[in-house]
Formats: sequence, C-alpha cells, structure tokens
Amino acid sequence: MNRTATSSQQSGSLHRFANPARFLRLAQAVFPWSAGAMALCIAAGLYLGLFVAPPDYQQGESVRIMYVHVPAAWMALFVYANMALASASLLIWRHPLAGLIAKASAPVGTAFTFLALFTGSLWGKPMWGTWWVWDARLTSVLILFFIYLGHMALINAFENPERGQKAAAVLTLVGVVNLPIIKFSVDWWNTLHQPASVTRIGTPAIHSSMLWPLLLMALGFTFYYVTVLILRLRAEMLASRLRAMNRLAAEEG
Amino acid sequence: MEGGISEFFAMGGYAAFVWPSYAVSGLVLAGLFFVSWRELTRRQALLDRLQAAAPHRRRKPKDPERT
Amino acid sequence: MSGGGAPIRSVVARDLRLALRQRSDILTIVLFFALTASLFPFALGPYPDLLQRVAPGVIWVTALLAVLLSLERLFLADYEDGSLELLALSPLPLEAIVLAKTFAHWLTTGLPLTAATPLIALLYDMPASGLAVLLAAMILGTPSLSLIGSIGAALALGARRGGVLIPLLVLPLYVPILIFGVAAVDAALSDLAARPHLLLLAALLAVALPTAAFAGAAALRQAVE
Repeated sequence: MNRTATSSQQSGSLHRFANPARFLRLAQAVFPWSAGAMALCIAAGLYLGLFVAPPDYQQGESVRIMYVHVPAAWMALFVYANMALASASLLIWRHPLAGLIAKASAPVGTAFTFLALFTGSLWGKPMWGTWWVWDARLTSVLILFFIYLGHMALINAFENPERGQKAAAVLTLVGVVNLPIIKFSVDWWNTLHQPASVTRIGTPAIHSSMLWPLLLMALGFTFYYVTVLILRLRAEMLASRLRAMNRLAAEEG
Repeated sequence: MEGGISEFFAMGGYAAFVWPSYAVSGLVLAGLFFVSWRELTRRQALLDRLQAAAPHRRRKPKDPERT
Repeated sequence: MSGGGAPIRSVVARDLRLALRQRSDILTIVLFFALTASLFPFALGPYPDLLQRVAPGVIWVTALLAVLLSLERLFLADYEDGSLELLALSPLPLEAIVLAKTFAHWLTTGLPLTAATPLIALLYDMPASGLAVLLAAMILGTPSLSLIGSIGAALALGARRGGVLIPLLVLPLYVPILIFGVAAVDAALSDLAARPHLLLLAALLAVALPTAAFAGAAALRQAVE
C-alpha cells in the first residue's frame, strides 16, 4: 500500500512503520542522532544569539529574547499542525500510531506555547511598556494554550485510552481554525505585535547575523520535539503493553 | 565581543528580561525532557521486573502491516 | 431524502417537550443570568458611568456562563437511558440530530436569555441604541454558543468529571463570539459602525453550523460505540 509522500511527515512514510515493533526500532536508531543534532543546533544558536549577533538599533540587547521567543512560537504552531495531521490520520484512516503521536506531542506543544507567551511578555515590557496586551495575536496564542490544556485533559478523562485519543482528535481538528488566525492576525487587524519579517516572499527583512541564530534555534527546537516525541512514544507503547499484561493477569486471577 | 563579563551580564540594562527568558526556557524544556526520560525508564524497569517474575508467555504474532 | 423534514422536526419537538416539562430549568437559567448580572453593581459600586462601560461585557459573560451551565444535559439524559444509541441507529443522519437538538437547546437557553436582556440592560442604564445592537448580537451569537457547546457536551460523554471538562473544552472556542459580541455594542455606544462586528458574528455562526454538525456527530459516534 503505497501513498505518495506529501509534505507532511505523517501520511506516506509512516504507513510502512505502522507496525509498532518496526517503528520502535526506527525510533531507537534515530534517537541519538536527533538528540545530538538538538544539542549542536541549540548550542550554536545560543552562541551566535548571545555573543555574535549585534544588538538592535532600537531595542538594544533586549532583542536577544527573540532567539527563544520566535522559535518557541513557531514550534507552538508546528506541533499543533502535526497533532492535527495525526488526528485526521486517526479518524479517517485509523492509523494505529496516530493517536499516540498526538498524545505524545501535546506536552511539547504546550511547553512551547507557554514559553512563547512568557518570553513574549518579558520582551513586550521593555518594548511596549506593558506585560500583556489583548491584541489579536496574543489573544489567539492564549486560546491555543488553553486548547492544548483541554486536549490533555480530554485525552486522560476516559477509562478507555482509545476513546480519549479519538475524542481529543476531534477537539484538535475543531481548534485547527485557530492556526491561520494566529498566523494572519497581525495582517488582518491593526495590532501591537509586529508583522512577519522572516516568512515574507522574497528576502527576509532581517539581517543575516540575526537570521542565523534564529534559524539554528528553530532547527534545534525541532530536533528537541523529535527527541522528546520518541521518548514519550516509547513510554506510551510500554504503557499499553503493561496494561495488556495487567488485563491478562487479572483474567487469570 | 566588547566590554567585560559584567557588561555582558548586564545586557545593556535589559538583564532582568533577557536572562529569565533564557533561564525559564531552559528549565521548562530540560524539565520536560527529563520527566519524559524518567517515565520511559520507569516503565521499562517495571516491564523488565514483571517479565522476570512471570514465565514469559508466547503472544500471538502481530500482523506486520496493519492499516 | 423524502420526508426528511418530519423526523428532524420530531426530534426538535421531542426535545422541546422534554425541556418544557421541566420549565423550571429554563427559569433557573434565566434567574442565574439575572442574579449574576445583578451582582456586579454591588461589587463595583453604584457608579453610573462605570456600570454603563462594563454593561456589554458583563451581560455577555453572564449569558455565556448561563449557557455553559446548561450544556451538560444536552446529550446526557439520552446517553444514559440509551435513546442516543437508538438515534444513532436511525436512518436520520447523526449530523442532523445534533443540529436539531442544538436548535432545541437554543430555544430553551439563548432565546430566553436574549428575551431577559432588556431588563438587565435597564439595571445598567444602557441607552436604547446600545440595547438594539446588543439584542441583534445575542440573536446572532447565542446560537453559536449552543452549537460550539454541543461539541464539548458530546466529547465529554462518558468522561470522568464531564461537568468540569466541558467548560475547559468550550470556553477557548467561545472567546471570539464574546469579543465580537461586546465590540458590536461598544461600537454602537460610541456612534461607530456596529455592522462589521455583527457580520463577523454571522460569519462565526455560519462556520459553527457545519463544524458542530460534523464534530458533534463524530463525538456522539465515539460515545455510543
């Protein structure tokens, strides 16, 4: 059963690894590389961001917060997008690993969303003079944070783990409409938050000495997601084996 | 890099904003990593204990490709 | 689908009959709305300017909370006595059933709340221009509250502590309705155009209808499987 590989990392290639044992072997092989790449990229990004990149003309040294804030915000959206793909995979094609991927990703996405809000607040205070402002982008990111929390609460609210995964999948897909709102809110509404300067078509409106640490941190965070995802997926699969063993033991009395 | 170490740590007066940002980010991400790691090793240890205690049962082989 | 209208109407009629049998439930919700909205002048102080400024927000939030309280029983009774399984097996599509039950829910929550709003607006000395827009916004907004709420109610069926779970799931999705509902009234009170905000509320309703139908039906299927 071959599906053409799409830009998503879920549909095509993962079908070959629907077999849990095979997937585990792949995960175990990938793990040290992912962890190593994570450490390298983050170390390089931190070095460039804290020591090499120049201070900003207007914002001075506070611009260095950007090197954690922006990658964290990107990851908050990226992880959710992955969860949405996994949820669709679970509900439409009943992909056996999809539910676990969504469940394992949620804490990572929640952490990045929290960091985006927290570092954003610390960046906003010297820049705008306030810890918080109810503009379109901040409000929708806060909503994203609550959707993540709701997802985790829902997935754990059922005795049957599969029911929890499927219910959370529906919730994730309903909340996906939040993503374009977050992305485009700074364009649609006159907000305090600055518009996009990296992902514009054409040259990014940001100097390369600042772009490199930004991209390296983003890459490092992505490897972090993969690394932690592998850890949590393996833990989930162990948990279901332990549950199955408990059931067997209970049946034998 | 100009100036001394103290100037670096002062971050042009923004130290109170920059360093907590990095510190909290590091703590949260490292914390999540270690919690996930610990959960995995705990469950693995539990599984090993249970398999050592009980005779290993043969389970029906799972279908290799399940869609 | 011939005769498709009659079964839907019968679902709505049945839900309405059940709701009206417990007329006290509707009254309770309206009373909760009125009492909670009346708390704020005591808490904030009897300052007319302040109360006029907070009125749109307070009225919207208390109406929203009143709807939230009523969500748990949207599907629960049918789930517990098995009628939900029968409905799922009927030839009527589950999506239509969700919409029918949500419509009945709105008739017993959002509509009475909107009807009670003029009295509350009086307490806050809201000018007529603001009240007119507020009522229009609530007519457009409260159905969306029932629709989005039905998704949460369906997802939480059979969950531990479903009553606490539903607000957690539903409140983040309620925020846009709240924002535009209040903005419309604020605009009208400042002699600005309320129409863009009302149009956005209408657009939210248009999006909520298919979303609630499909997501609610999917959630109900999971609950009865």
